[in-house]
Amino acid sequence: METILQNLLNGIALGSIYALIALGYTMVYGILKLINFAHGDVFMVGSYAGFYAGNALMKQSNHPSVVHLALVMLTSMLACAMLGFTIERVAYRPLRNAPRIASLITAIGVSFFLEYGGQLVFGPDPKFFPTLLDKQVLHFGSVTTTNYQLIVLGVAIVVMGVLQWIVFGTKFGRAMRAVSFNFETAALMGIPVDRVISLTFILGSTLAAVGGILFSLSYPKIDPLMGVLPGLKAFVSAVLGGIGNVPGAVVGGIVIGIIEAFVGGSPLSSWRDAITFVILILILLFRPSGLFGKYQAEKV
Amino acid sequence: MKKLPWWLRDLMYLAVFVAILLGITYGLDAVASVYPVMRYYNRILAMIGINITLAVSLNIINGHAGQFSLGHAGFMGVGAYMSAALTFYTFAPIVAKYPEGSMQAWIAQNGLFLVAILAGGLVAAIAGYLVGLPSLRLRGDYLAIVTLGFGEIIRVIILNVDKVGAARGFSGIPTWANFFWVYFFCVMTILISIRLVASSVGRAFLAIREDEIAANAMGVDTTRFKVKAFVIGSFLAGVAGALFAHYPPAYLNPTAFTFLRSFDLVVMVVLGGLGSISGSIVAAVVLTYLQEGLRAFSEYRMVVYSLVLIILMRTRPQGLLGRRELWDFLPKRKDTTAPERDSGPAVD
Repeated sequence: METILQNLLNGIALGSIYALIALGYTMVYGILKLINFAHGDVFMVGSYAGFYAGNALMKQSNHPSVVHLALVMLTSMLACAMLGFTIERVAYRPLRNAPRIASLITAIGVSFFLEYGGQLVFGPDPKFFPTLLDKQVLHFGSVTTTNYQLIVLGVAIVVMGVLQWIVFGTKFGRAMRAVSFNFETAALMGIPVDRVISLTFILGSTLAAVGGILFSLSYPKIDPLMGVLPGLKAFVSAVLGGIGNVPGAVVGGIVIGIIEAFVGGSPLSSWRDAITFVILILILLFRPSGLFGKYQAEKV
Repeated sequence: MKKLPWWLRDLMYLAVFVAILLGITYGLDAVASVYPVMRYYNRILAMIGINITLAVSLNIINGHAGQFSLGHAGFMGVGAYMSAALTFYTFAPIVAKYPEGSMQAWIAQNGLFLVAILAGGLVAAIAGYLVGLPSLRLRGDYLAIVTLGFGEIIRVIILNVDKVGAARGFSGIPTWANFFWVYFFCVMTILISIRLVASSVGRAFLAIREDEIAANAMGVDTTRFKVKAFVIGSFLAGVAGALFAHYPPAYLNPTAFTFLRSFDLVVMVVLGGLGSISGSIVAAVVLTYLQEGLRAFSEYRMVVYSLVLIILMRTRPQGLLGRRELWDFLPKRKDTTAPERDSGPAVD
């Protein structure tokens, strides 16, 4: 019983990070119908931005505190927002009316560019993320947790709440939903489609930065290829929840996190990285529109 | 002269082709035994042949059928490990029964190697079917992600199977592949690819690539043909993997078949021109040679590749050759009575 609860808790903590990344995939897909392969690498850049900002801060005052964490997170969010904006502007926008395969190849190109450019700029060897906050182990009965996990959960919930408000409560969110519903009609109704798409990339990349910092807090070894696997798993989460569906991405991320925690705690732990893709194939076989997605016929 | 029946004529062509290849193989061996440094160039030559096979087979999926696979190296890995396990555990002991250097040993070795190559291809094709069926029922982009994940599944499976060396890598595989086998299958792949595009199946591939919905409306069973393209491509990738596994130094490493390798192949196909067979061949030759020649710059290779892809998509999304073949640029013979070659759908 305790191990079940423990795995559940670990799974939810890991899953909420996947959920943060999955939100970026799902929003971009909802609007552009493009799998933004580079999203996992934006997550990696966010983590490196945090690494450099954190080290600079620690030089100023060597006392880990929540303020440090907040400052580092803001820096990283800003860096990723700029990165996301640039990627969309330079790579994806010129291809808006190109055949789909061209955008797909570009997305893969951008992803590899960030990964291997990252190896040149940051160095290919793993680095250790600074300890921005002292780790404290907390006991609830026989279940142990850390303040890290609580922070991950807390930040994730707050960020998702804000996102929910942006998408469903603001004018920009309404414009976003309109664009994802129908691109051309939205433009005819006076919605600045390009600006909405840019802002969506900025929003998604900011969430990836939050995910990157939270991830490196718990798994402090960072390297330029660290975004690949979390990125893929987040994509599977988005598909599981129904791609294009915002609450679905959150649920999908948490489900994938929990499954991974349980497989990781079982004798099958060495198969952990493969299980996500088996799940993906199963979803595509039996429920390709995901848990919350609606089936949509393709139109000419 | 009386016209020969088609099968006799084809058999004759095949015999001439095999004789030429065998001649080159023994010639290269003879040179290498005098100048050992030639072994290095022989290996590059073989890697070029294997990469041509891979690029042309990926071109069937990516270029002709218009589906985007990022798991070609995964299928290559399946073929490599399958055939290597087969020869290492089953076939090598059989061959060892015959006296070394005897005719029987030679026949047994090459006959069994052919079986192992085809078995590798077959298992890769089955894997391709299992992966392709669910993702190809849906829109193309899912295939990219599923095949990306498939490479990861293959890596994890290999790491968990101790019989094929797990993380240590698989060494001690019999070194049965040589110039003959590599280029035999390389030329076969090219021939299959050329004939395939001209066939009704190939026409269906092109129709799907141009417009899937229209193809569907015209009565093309899109899922079936997409899966078909994928299975054919995976089979040939498995064959290439089997050849790679048995070419000296005949060592397999589980990290050699990840998406990085697939990305190399995608760059070859896209650079040469999606849908151009000769484009894939030229790109495979040039890029494989550059890879060896520019080892010192290997850390920049991936950055340059990705930049090339991004710039290519913005400026010339159809690749350098587009959908044309090299031979389309040759002046057409005037005296031919054969109908002019149909150079594919008029797009661009």
